Amino acid sequence: MALANVLQSESVDFSNYGRQRRGFASGLYETELGVESVGGDNLSFAVRTACADGDGPERKIEFLHGTTTLAFKFQHGVIVAVDSRATAGSYIASQTVKKVIEINPYLLGTMAGGAADCSFWERLLARQCRVYELRNKERISVAAASKLLANMVYQYKGMGLSMGTMVCGWDKTGPGLYYVDSEGNRVCGDLFAVGSGSMYAYGIVDSGLKQQNLTVEEACDLGRRAIYQATYRDAYSGGQVNLYHVHSQGWTRVSQSDVLMLHQQYQAEKAEKA
Amino acid sequence: MAMSYDRAITVFSPDGHLFQVEYAQEAVKKGSTAVGVRGKKIVVLGVEKKSIAKLQDDRTVRKICALDDNVFLAFAGLTADARVVVNRARVECQSHRLTVEDPVTVEYITRFISSIKQRYTQSNGRRPFGISSLIVGFDFDGTPHLYQTEPSGTYHAWKANAIGRSAKTVREFLEKHYKEEDMESDTEVIKLAIRALLEVVQSGGKNIELAIMKQDESMKVCLNLWYLYSKKIAAV
Repeated sequence: MALANVLQSESVDFSNYGRQRRGFASGLYETELGVESVGGDNLSFAVRTACADGDGPERKIEFLHGTTTLAFKFQHGVIVAVDSRATAGSYIASQTVKKVIEINPYLLGTMAGGAADCSFWERLLARQCRVYELRNKERISVAAASKLLANMVYQYKGMGLSMGTMVCGWDKTGPGLYYVDSEGNRVCGDLFAVGSGSMYAYGIVDSGLKQQNLTVEEACDLGRRAIYQATYRDAYSGGQVNLYHVHSQGWTRVSQSDVLMLHQQYQAEKAEKA
Repeated sequence: MAMSYDRAITVFSPDGHLFQVEYAQEAVKKGSTAVGVRGKKIVVLGVEKKSIAKLQDDRTVRKICALDDNVFLAFAGLTADARVVVNRARVECQSHRLTVEDPVTVEYITRFISSIKQRYTQSNGRRPFGISSLIVGFDFDGTPHLYQTEPSGTYHAWKANAIGRSAKTVREFLEKHYKEEDMESDTEVIKLAIRALLEVVQSGGKNIELAIMKQDESMKVCLNLWYLYSKKIAAV
């Protein structure tokens, strides 16, 4: 918080890959700390004005912005489906990242943006939820849990946190789904997809959700298919599809399917139909 | 011996008493009586209204305060102390609505008030609050509650209780006349509260202020009940 005051709440960019600095309207300034670039090691502290998430993939520090995470409500709860690829630029850092964080047995959080930010803040949220449960002798509601998370990260707004998460759970008012991000947004909804592959996922889910009253099987299939399609077209998504189902008794891990296997399966189905 | 241990609140006496807290409880015993009864679908608070000077506007003397739509509180003891506690509780009710998107439960706000009171029994240079309070209301799911807090910071749930002057007499009356089955009927609950207060209040119904809350309705304060309930009381 003190840092923000010093820098007049402009975000700080720690970028030590020596890449071309992007030009911003307000230019680059030395910080008041008087730190300058030292010739050889390409390390510099530069201040730039806070900007929207649009330049996500460029900022090295959050390599999970290339991702696809998806959650939607249906008759029997909430389906949460995510991919598992982590990229650093065009390098695939990992194909087996766990992007669903199990906050507690009935609350899930997804990870998009900075992996460290997401997992740290959601673990902190898990702690807060547990304390709430002990103090009030009842489970925390999804609305309250997402509010706690949103309030926690709002204090760091503009300081470079990058987190786009969906808090999913089941409480006494039924299934709950909230999108919370580091800009301070907190939105309740029936369907969210976050990440570079979200547009492709939306296409599948929007058309699949037209029929009401999906069974659990059908909803899982839809989620799986949506992530698969996103990985098919988006270079920054891939690996495996991790699928969770949140119901009145809590969440269950439904499946983990490799995208290549799914591809073969769907190709075979297409061939059968033809 | 007692003298040297009651100067600072933070000091225990050799036999384990916090004298300031006990003196606060004495202050409570000087306050006007308040009684609370919890029925199945109704909660009732009654307070004795002290006689006021002729020129005083009695609408400004309120001993029953709403903390939120679903919770209200009556106190016995130092009115100024109560004002501070009630203010903080009201703010907390709204903060709770903001962060949790749900109204407070009666137990939550009671716990909050009690922890404020306890903090003042363990700080330097401060004295405890000289009030006991009866906190009454309905939770989100419709269950009624009645809690009593004390200057020491403890709280307990009750079916019916009284605080303030002659609280013991009133409580004995309540213990004698409280019947579980009667609590189903709203009028029986109100009657019990009024009769209990009439044990200790002088000159009948003019000095009673009653607050009634039914499930899913907001609190109604009834002043000068005499003409409303005189027939029922006469029957009793």
